[in-house]
Amino acid sequence: MIATKIRSAFLAAVRGLALSVVTLAGSITLFVFTVISLSLIVIGIGLFTTPVVLTALRAYANQRRLFAAKWSDVRIPVPYRPMPADLRSGITGQVERCMLMLKDPATWRDVLWLLSDMTAGFVTAVVPAALFLYPVESLVLAAGLWRAFTEDGAYWYGFVPVDSQATALLALALGCATFAVSLRLTPALMRVHFLLTKSLLAPTSEMTLAQRIDHLTETRHDAVDTSAAELRRIERDLHDGAQARLVAMGMNLGTIEALVEKDPAQAKKLLAMARESSAEALTELRDLVRGIHPPVLAERGLGDAVRALALRLPIETEVTVDLPGRAEAPVESAAYFAVSEVLTNAVKHSGADRVFADMHHADGMLRIAVTDNGQGGAAVGAGSGLSGIERRLGTFDGILAVSSPAGGPTMVTMEIPCELF
Amino acid sequence: MRVVLAEDLFLLRDGLVRMLEAFDFEILAAVETGPELTRALAELEPDVAVVDVRLPPSHTDEGLQCALEARRARPGLPVLVLSQHVEQLYARELLADGNGGIGYLLKDRVFDAEQFIDAVRRVAAGGTAMDPQVISQLLSRRSQDKPMGGLTPREREVMELMAQGRSNAAIAGQLFVTERAVAKHTSNIFGKLGLPVSDDDNRRVLAVLAYLDQGQNGI
Repeated sequence: MIATKIRSAFLAAVRGLALSVVTLAGSITLFVFTVISLSLIVIGIGLFTTPVVLTALRAYANQRRLFAAKWSDVRIPVPYRPMPADLRSGITGQVERCMLMLKDPATWRDVLWLLSDMTAGFVTAVVPAALFLYPVESLVLAAGLWRAFTEDGAYWYGFVPVDSQATALLALALGCATFAVSLRLTPALMRVHFLLTKSLLAPTSEMTLAQRIDHLTETRHDAVDTSAAELRRIERDLHDGAQARLVAMGMNLGTIEALVEKDPAQAKKLLAMARESSAEALTELRDLVRGIHPPVLAERGLGDAVRALALRLPIETEVTVDLPGRAEAPVESAAYFAVSEVLTNAVKHSGADRVFADMHHADGMLRIAVTDNGQGGAAVGAGSGLSGIERRLGTFDGILAVSSPAGGPTMVTMEIPCELF
Repeated sequence: MRVVLAEDLFLLRDGLVRMLEAFDFEILAAVETGPELTRALAELEPDVAVVDVRLPPSHTDEGLQCALEARRARPGLPVLVLSQHVEQLYARELLADGNGGIGYLLKDRVFDAEQFIDAVRRVAAGGTAMDPQVISQLLSRRSQDKPMGGLTPREREVMELMAQGRSNAAIAGQLFVTERAVAKHTSNIFGKLGLPVSDDDNRRVLAVLAYLDQGQNGI
């Protein structure tokens, strides 16, 4: 208990010390570079150096975000506006990039943060380190070294004037008290440092809102696109499939009507054909329905729909479901088709002979993990089916993560915020 | 033979009533909702029930649930389930109690009146009538594993028909071979699959399905 306390206090102190060095060296350097680069914009050179410096600044700030999350569990969201994908290359692109970065309010908050980091940030980082290390000095004094320091008058340790062994011991007592306090305070003080960082590096509520609007616009766009494509597909399938068959059937029936007395044998043959057409039209309609809203999903919900899906796959698929209710129909549907696509990918590309699908709901979040024992190497990227799934889930604020090292295994995780009913 | 019928679409219900009556079935009740079905099954004690999976009021799998519940109350109550789509998941639930007297067919099968009536009779007699689609799904899945690979094409055909619930005589008729040949094929199949031979049609299908089922659980 006490050992872990000492350990965490020690860790915090060391980190604080390291951070204090970084805040001075890194932040001052970056600040100077930024200011120089910004002032050089007037003569044009700055247009080219600024994006480089600002990119470095962002990486630097992101590193601090990482430390904040790792060391003190302070989560600082990233506020930067995304760069448009169709940014031009060459000089115009560079200038454009520079202007975009300068227009982003997050940039100016970054610069402001550099200022605060090299001053207040330094202090809050160095205090926990000092608090932890200061008692060491009292130990050294008490060990007899007080003699070396007291040649020209008393040596002050805190508020204790050290000039004899007795006062040195008093200093040790103070050191011990400081140590006790530091055990309690150092991790908290580190947190203070990161909270200070957060106050400037986290997006303001305005920026969060703007980001949210951007995200919603984009996902709405995706949703409209996919549903339009879906409608086109349905229309085409109906037109080429069931509809055409029903027309053929009607024609056959017309012929049969004419033939039934003249040539009963031929009429019978056509009748058989008409029946076949109707059966095929039904099959096509059934497939179409399965593609729009699978019957088991409608009847039983996500869990059993995925179980039924697994039964149709050509490889061993184990499905575990822990869903105490049903999500709203659109969420269920999105989740189902996402799982379906991931499973199909696993069957087609992974070379796996076993797949595990795990679905559960906790903390207002539907979590689905699909793991296979295949060769790995799957990636979310342009043209891959996985980015399509990502976009679809994005409509529901859902996310997708893929872990697929070469050699496998591949694990696809999906999360969709939703309530169960 | 006395039938209780549950189907929510008027046209189909009417058509089924006519068809069954044409083949000398007695329709005790033709209902359109789940609760009505439950009541009819409890009160009228039919020889066989023909039930649509999806029924009001929930329009989910209410018919299937009613049928399963009725079979819990009266084990072995023959039920033929009709559906717009067939799912192994449902087939397995229906077969799970091992009592036989179960049918699970696509609604399309009513197009072929003779075959459909044959299926109803088979179910009423305690046999099974599984839709060829269910069987072919099961077989295609299993065909990748070893034991099924050992079957000849003809044995596979016999196996498919057998799994649907057909008798040796019916299989012989369909494949244009003698009944003895079918018997030989079936005993070959059972030998290759390591199943004990049994004369009982129903046990035969259940054994096959149970075997196919094992593949799913990786045994």
